[in-house]
Amino acid sequence: MAGAAATASAKTATAPGSTAPAAWEAVIGLETHVQLGTASKIFTSASTAFGDDPNTHIDPVVCGLPGTLPVLNQKVLEYAVKAAMALNLHVAEHSKFDRKQYFYPDLPKNYQISQYDEPIAEDGWIEVEVAEKGKETYTKRIGIERLHMEEDAGKLVHAGSDRLAGSTHSLVDYNRAGVALAEIVSKPDLRTGREAAEYASEIRRIVRYLGVSDGNMQEGSLRCDVNISVRRGPEAPFGTKVEIKNMNSFSAIQKAIDFEIQRQIKAYEAGEPVVQETRLWDEAKQLTKSMRGKEGASDYRYFPDPDLGPIEVSAERREGWRAELPELPAAKRHRYAEQLGLSIYDARVLTDERAMADYFEAAVAAGADAKGLANWITGDIAAHVNANRLSYADLPFRPEQLAEMVQLIDGGVISGKIAKEILPELLEKGGSPKAIVEERGLGMISDPAAIGVVVDELLAAHPEEVEAFRGGKTKLLGFFVGQLMKKTGGKADPTLANKILNQKLKG
Amino acid sequence: MGIAEWRGQLQRGEVSARELTDQLLSRIEAVEPTVHAYLEVTAERARADADRIDAARAAGEDLPSLAGVPLAIKDNLCTAGIRTSCSSRMLENFVPPYESTVTERLWGAGAVLLGKTNLDEFAMGSSTETSYFGPSRNPWNPERVPGGSSGGSSAAVAAGECVAALGSDTGGSIRQPAAFCGVVGLKPTYGRVSRYGLVAFASSLDQVGPFTTSVADAAELLQVIAGADPRDSTCLKAPVPDYRAALTQPVKGLRVGLVRECFEADGLAPEVKASVLAAAAQLEALGCELVEVSCPRFNDGIATYYVIAPSEASANLARYDGVKYGHRAEGAGSLAEMTARSRAEGFGDEVQRRILIGTYALSAGYVDAYYKKAQQVRTLIRRDFDRAFEGVDVLLTPTSPTTAFRFGAHAEDPLAMYLADLLTIPANMAGLPALSLPCGFDGEGLPIGVQLITGVLQEERLLQVAHHYEQAANVMASRPAAALVP
Repeated sequence: MAGAAATASAKTATAPGSTAPAAWEAVIGLETHVQLGTASKIFTSASTAFGDDPNTHIDPVVCGLPGTLPVLNQKVLEYAVKAAMALNLHVAEHSKFDRKQYFYPDLPKNYQISQYDEPIAEDGWIEVEVAEKGKETYTKRIGIERLHMEEDAGKLVHAGSDRLAGSTHSLVDYNRAGVALAEIVSKPDLRTGREAAEYASEIRRIVRYLGVSDGNMQEGSLRCDVNISVRRGPEAPFGTKVEIKNMNSFSAIQKAIDFEIQRQIKAYEAGEPVVQETRLWDEAKQLTKSMRGKEGASDYRYFPDPDLGPIEVSAERREGWRAELPELPAAKRHRYAEQLGLSIYDARVLTDERAMADYFEAAVAAGADAKGLANWITGDIAAHVNANRLSYADLPFRPEQLAEMVQLIDGGVISGKIAKEILPELLEKGGSPKAIVEERGLGMISDPAAIGVVVDELLAAHPEEVEAFRGGKTKLLGFFVGQLMKKTGGKADPTLANKILNQKLKG
Repeated sequence: MGIAEWRGQLQRGEVSARELTDQLLSRIEAVEPTVHAYLEVTAERARADADRIDAARAAGEDLPSLAGVPLAIKDNLCTAGIRTSCSSRMLENFVPPYESTVTERLWGAGAVLLGKTNLDEFAMGSSTETSYFGPSRNPWNPERVPGGSSGGSSAAVAAGECVAALGSDTGGSIRQPAAFCGVVGLKPTYGRVSRYGLVAFASSLDQVGPFTTSVADAAELLQVIAGADPRDSTCLKAPVPDYRAALTQPVKGLRVGLVRECFEADGLAPEVKASVLAAAAQLEALGCELVEVSCPRFNDGIATYYVIAPSEASANLARYDGVKYGHRAEGAGSLAEMTARSRAEGFGDEVQRRILIGTYALSAGYVDAYYKKAQQVRTLIRRDFDRAFEGVDVLLTPTSPTTAFRFGAHAEDPLAMYLADLLTIPANMAGLPALSLPCGFDGEGLPIGVQLITGVLQEERLLQVAHHYEQAANVMASRPAAALVP
């Protein structure tokens, strides 16, 4: 089947009389599971806390005990609808829950309550900015097929071995069972590993902005499955689709896809079939491998869950939730670039986390220049926050204080060097940069006469170096600047100092 | 003595809860070897509950509406700390850590738990013959089945082993055994009573309701168990009216519809037909107007039911896999084998048959022809009723085509057994309230039941008409002698 597809695509994509077939193109779609960060589970009040002892966050409903019934957590609905609106999806006024049936011990009822043919939201898109080293950054609109709500399963722990093969028995932990998930299915609009990674990180950014999920990939709050096929050019029919799982970082998504694209192209070119299967990304070996024991196509015997009534979202309720949506990352990026004049790079970095963007915007609001602020925030401040695992909201150095510092620099009151010197203390304790500068006399020396006196002293103290400079060793200017700054405690206006030094050295 | 009269005497100190409980426990001891209505008798708890009621009365407290009323509960309703087996080997040792909403409300109203009653395994059957623990017997004639699936509850009420009982009705499982045992059985509107803690068979059809010896007592129990429940999304939020007050409203001028298709149904016993028509005549004599109505899809109910109910059951019963609770097969070599063998050993033939039917009906390639088609027919049945209720206030049909049959009568032919529910299923398909009450006896001295059906949430009307008929007909006055019926 795969061989036939490859032949067919080669035929369609090759222009009559041409000898070179069209270049290979990958067609990629992502299924993203986002854990919605509600305090309790989707159909019961049991806690969703992560990392506690096994089976401590369960109750009769979670365990699917006979006679128990699910009741939809309204907060889950709110989070799903908010996520849907942020992804430009059309929110359905009426939708329903279905039972997806399969036997597995991590699924307490042996069916998963999910949404099948009437999901809560359909047909949307997000704008993704694709930045890659050595390539021009571009934006691309990625279609989103649907978003639906469902319950998560529990977790099997295989004992007696570190993997299923060789284990003597398995234990089940139902703490995660019943945690609310939003499954977001993209359209097959992605073409490269990089695009897929950017798409996934934009989804993560959006759900974090909304506060509906922490998007933590290590803890499994955000999980991506990839569907991928290759074909000879955009006009050719789709090739055989392969699913890849088990990637727990954006870079793993990118690498797994890039590996898989090459694997499929090589297979087709060698005349080998690409089979429809699920493959796992092996992070240690940096390759995808066929998942052992994959069964044939499953029949999930979906039908509407009779325990849950229809899900109704009135226009009034929906618009109420829409009014609560924050400005989203893409809108912020555009605004920062267009209104504040920032570079695309700075706009990206500043908007990556809502907390950093909020910090930046508060500083801008306090009246300082956006570019100067951006440099400080994405540089020293971000390094400090990341190294110490701090949050911007709790940082003692408040955005207004940063604005004050940047204003002191821009106004020529202090040099950047002085600012760098007082910054560690400000980050640690906060405080008014202006007060510190005044109190310690750190203001810049901008009087040409005063600088001239120091320069004269310097030249007198270093006659050999002066001689050498005048003999052509102009690099010695740096030495004199250094000495000048040392003598003035870094307070000399650097531009003025350079100018006067140059004049006097040249004699 | 009815519950209302009992309440007055208890409040005045003329009787004690302990006396009544002891009296019923003795009765249970005397007749259980033959009737086998109970799977478990909770004598110790019953006496303690009764003593607490008596103490409260002695202390001058106001007693709640069901104070000291000893009840039997169908063993598919979860009772905290008391085994709830569904008459299945699968749940032979299952003790729920939680209480069903209905029983919680009953205990809150002062009722006393006498024990848990027998049923067809997971409520799948019409005779209690599919119970893993053996069938119950009809108190009117122990050679006959008590009906099912709530046969233990109907037999317990008929044999005087409790004041009243709870059952559940998915396709007739309250009304058919009520008819077979000569008691009153009420299936409320779907959603009128919470299903939380009722072990699911077919979730869109299951409904809990009472078995009593009078319509007035049925109103007493419904009053307590009806009403919204935050733990059940399908439970209706409509306020609960005063059912007791509704009983005595006049019935003169009400229009009673006789569903033509029911009286023309294949296999309707002539004695049953005659008795039910006589009941209609009695209502006419009370001033009601009899109207013949047609519900063309009425007899399609059974085919529809046997697609929808097994489909839902196949999913509802998937959780019994031997992993978390319930029966687990010993010595399985793999996970798949453990699941398959646990289910093969834990479920009886009828349960397995319905799981297979439901799995088939929901399978890719068949779901459109079976499950979806059945849902469409269900809508048509509902519309039939809507049309009928435009012209009448209440519908009247036989409850069951026959009186209680012999054990093993349908052993070789499951389809013949399914036909026992022919006349009760349509009310489940449409979610309507329906009630069966005795209207006579056949030549062998077995009770005959008449079924009344009203529109959604019209339980007041249903109880009102039933009560007037019961008072006027006084069917039990002419009852034949039966050793096990007090």
